Amino acid sequence: MSIKISETLTFECETGNYHTFCPISCVAWLYQKIEDSFFLVVGTKTCGYFLQNALGVMIFAEPRYAMAELEEGDISAQLNDYQELKRLCVQIKKDRNPSVIIWIGTCTTEIIKMDLEGMAPKLETEIEIPIVVARANGLDYAFTQGEDTVLAAMAHRCPEQKVEIEKNQKIEDKSIQELFSFLPLKIKEKSSKSLNLKNQFPLVLFGSLPSTVASQLSLELKRQSIHVSGWLPAQRYTDLPTLGDKVYVCGVNPFLSRTATTLMRRRKCKLIGAPFPIGPDGTRAWIEKICSVFNIETQGLEEREQQVWESLKNYLNLVRGKSVFFMGDNLLEISLARFLIRCGMIVYEIGIPYMDKRYQAAELTLLQETCKKMCTPMPRIVEKPDNYNQIQRMRELQPDLAITGMAHANPLEARGINTKWSVEFTFAQIHGFTNAKDVLELVTRPLRRNNNLENLGWTNLIKTQKG
Amino acid sequence: MKLAYWMYAGPAHIGTLRVASSFKNVHAIMHAPLGDDYFNVMRSMLERERDFTPVTASIVDRHVLARGSQEKVVDNITRKDKQERPDLIVLTPTCTSSILQEDLQNFVDRAAMSSDSDVILADVNHYRVNELQAADRTLEQVVRYYLEKARRQGNLNISLTDKPSANIIGIFTLGFHNQHDCRELKRLLQDLGIKINQIIPEGGFVENLYELPKAWFNLVPYREVGLMTALYLEKEFGMPYISTTPMGVVDIANCIRQIQKQINVWAPILLKKKFDFEPYIDEQTRFISQAAWFSRSIDCQNLTGKKAVVFGDATHAASITKILACEMGIRVSCTGTYCKHDEEWFREQVQNFCDEILITDDHTKVGDMIARIEPSAIFGTQMERHIGKRLDIPCGVISSPVHIQNFPLGYRPFLGYEGTNQIADLVYNSFTLGMEDHLLEIFGGHDTKEVITKSLSTDTDLTWNSESQLELSKIPGFVRGKIKRNTEKFARQNKITKITVEVMYAAKEDLSA
Repeated sequence: MSIKISETLTFECETGNYHTFCPISCVAWLYQKIEDSFFLVVGTKTCGYFLQNALGVMIFAEPRYAMAELEEGDISAQLNDYQELKRLCVQIKKDRNPSVIIWIGTCTTEIIKMDLEGMAPKLETEIEIPIVVARANGLDYAFTQGEDTVLAAMAHRCPEQKVEIEKNQKIEDKSIQELFSFLPLKIKEKSSKSLNLKNQFPLVLFGSLPSTVASQLSLELKRQSIHVSGWLPAQRYTDLPTLGDKVYVCGVNPFLSRTATTLMRRRKCKLIGAPFPIGPDGTRAWIEKICSVFNIETQGLEEREQQVWESLKNYLNLVRGKSVFFMGDNLLEISLARFLIRCGMIVYEIGIPYMDKRYQAAELTLLQETCKKMCTPMPRIVEKPDNYNQIQRMRELQPDLAITGMAHANPLEARGINTKWSVEFTFAQIHGFTNAKDVLELVTRPLRRNNNLENLGWTNLIKTQKG
Repeated sequence: MKLAYWMYAGPAHIGTLRVASSFKNVHAIMHAPLGDDYFNVMRSMLERERDFTPVTASIVDRHVLARGSQEKVVDNITRKDKQERPDLIVLTPTCTSSILQEDLQNFVDRAAMSSDSDVILADVNHYRVNELQAADRTLEQVVRYYLEKARRQGNLNISLTDKPSANIIGIFTLGFHNQHDCRELKRLLQDLGIKINQIIPEGGFVENLYELPKAWFNLVPYREVGLMTALYLEKEFGMPYISTTPMGVVDIANCIRQIQKQINVWAPILLKKKFDFEPYIDEQTRFISQAAWFSRSIDCQNLTGKKAVVFGDATHAASITKILACEMGIRVSCTGTYCKHDEEWFREQVQNFCDEILITDDHTKVGDMIARIEPSAIFGTQMERHIGKRLDIPCGVISSPVHIQNFPLGYRPFLGYEGTNQIADLVYNSFTLGMEDHLLEIFGGHDTKEVITKSLSTDTDLTWNSESQLELSKIPGFVRGKIKRNTEKFARQNKITKITVEVMYAAKEDLSA
């Protein structure tokens, strides 16, 4: 097999036989993020089994999510979907009293064509709790794209921003109250703090991040005199940001293309297309892009970036010149690869489940620039990869590190290839200047561990190598 | 529809995959959407498998929904046939393909023509059976397939082996301590002078299945998986089987006596002698296994009449109940199983050994029962362990579903004489832990408990504003103290007296620099 490494970015598409998590896994982090929500996954035992095993011990902390487990009677339409869902939702309301119930549609509801979108508004008025429907199924999406479908659905629920907000404050709030009459919307006092901040148009960031990371990013922008007027999702459903045609939006994660589209097309927001704030280079580019949109001269950014790189020195010495192979399963791959190339690593292949070239345009450009700057060959980008073929390629390339799902990690380690589980990047804090270290901490862990074991002479731990 | 947070037994296809991937050189192809191959993760993580799990998916996506799988499944089967050259490919339906109602058998027939591997369709209905039932069914299906194939080809071998021999049926991947049990059973049979003919499915080759009928009898250690196969072999080849689980001193003896009876059917004719295992049972029980002695010792005396609750799969729950009640004199207040399909057998087994019986697969019912009874110890699955944690009751894990810590590297069988030692330890440790806890409570607990938080806020000249306090409170408890200390240290170094969120982050960066 000949593997050539080209000068420009090449995109390939394979068979799509790859391992990834089911997109319903997004409930794991979203129910923690949105504190007053309840996620109801309408699916089968298969979905439930995945959730309970993938989320490990979280299941025992009285989670605010559950399965609506479909039984044979539901599939053959002997039972009435609406009545069944109503029964369960009433029970949820009684037990947990959430501010919103999010129905996660699955493969099964798609196949039997259960009309969740049709039932939700009816049931919503009946039980007086908003019901948001997101179809996060394995027929259409991979892993983190689940969050994308949920946020896209939620974007429709954000209150409308009226022109000249300040003057019409009361009227606006009233109209929202009418729209969501069942919803105890908090009338928030507009803080006058924003006076010293320059941007006149509101900026809403989208993407679910742990609250510490969200406030770190907000703080970075505040240093550049930019006020973040809201996040999608907010800590509570009742605090969703207002949206409208004067609102600028910017994504923090590479897998949010549907949300971006919805915000642009349905909510008329203006999308700021920027690289994603992963790694100090990405964070700086992200801030610069936002500032440029608001015509703000950035201050001290370069020094700040430099400072972070300084602090990463020890890690950089470890990774410099080492090669990486991304098998691809969570759509963070482009941004991570770009950061690692900037760290001096060589990326052989970037596997990725789905590549939205428009939403990721700025990130792809930055990747290309980074490759030129670091004088490394452009990696090949493989959409819908085929794990079997990838393993053959890896056998040939013998990368220093494979970033891969848990299904392949142990077998690869047994064959002497260092691996890092890709899922950890989804759950770790990797955004902004402050967390650049955490990314490298993850990346170097297998390298550091194996440095310790190197001289023991048992790298290859399988009996016979096939083929 | 059912509101469910947790389930004891997984979906049907997991059972099929567990059986298929336990055999050597058998590949399973799931007809499933993206993300349903979570089985590979479990096998790779829990069993710490070194090899790639021989399971792939033929992905069901939008196109399949619109036009049907068409060539896709057949292509995937023939491709896998070329890549890995397996002996057998098992096409595995999932909940998704159950509803699509495609003619999978047709795909299998077509693929079988163009591939060197044998190809079969796992005959399980997602909506009717669970993981364990499906595993049982799939094992029987594979065995039947190869025995019928051998019969057609005329190379069926039904002459008995010269020496007494046995098949062990039902050891498989992701089973609760199955690997260790298997080793222990081999040792037991070896001690009795019985050869192992085959162990299936774990580590077995399908190409060798035609030799199954050569064994003198079949041993089915677990009720959940293997009984169907044993029944089939009995019906077709007149092979007797023993399904008494050799767990606990009493049942091991029962099991061995049944083995003795079986082999003494043929031994006088073929070997001109009779086997007598009674001296072996006696020696093992009294001196090799420590469990019988343990039950007489003062330690165990202290357990007399203590209340316990047992819950798990039918095999383990029943055996442990009997061990607790008969062999240790512990009072089993309630025993139960989630194997609803085996209710009758279970009730019959434990009837006289416990106060009440609970048959359910709803973990909240189990939790409620435990809360009501307030036993001194629980013996259950990982779920019961967590219930115990919440209620401050110690728990020994005796059955699937399990976590990674239930796949120990050390030797921990539950079956056989070494198993009795392990169980005695497990039981005794669970109760003493409970006792110690209780005593600590009475005497006011460890006095070191609050130290970390106390020493923090003494001599402080620093003020935290409300924002930073809020931020601090978001940090998980176990590192909060450290973060607070580091931030304050940083603030002092930089002569800052008022700690804001900015200072906190600056401190974090400074520390990592």
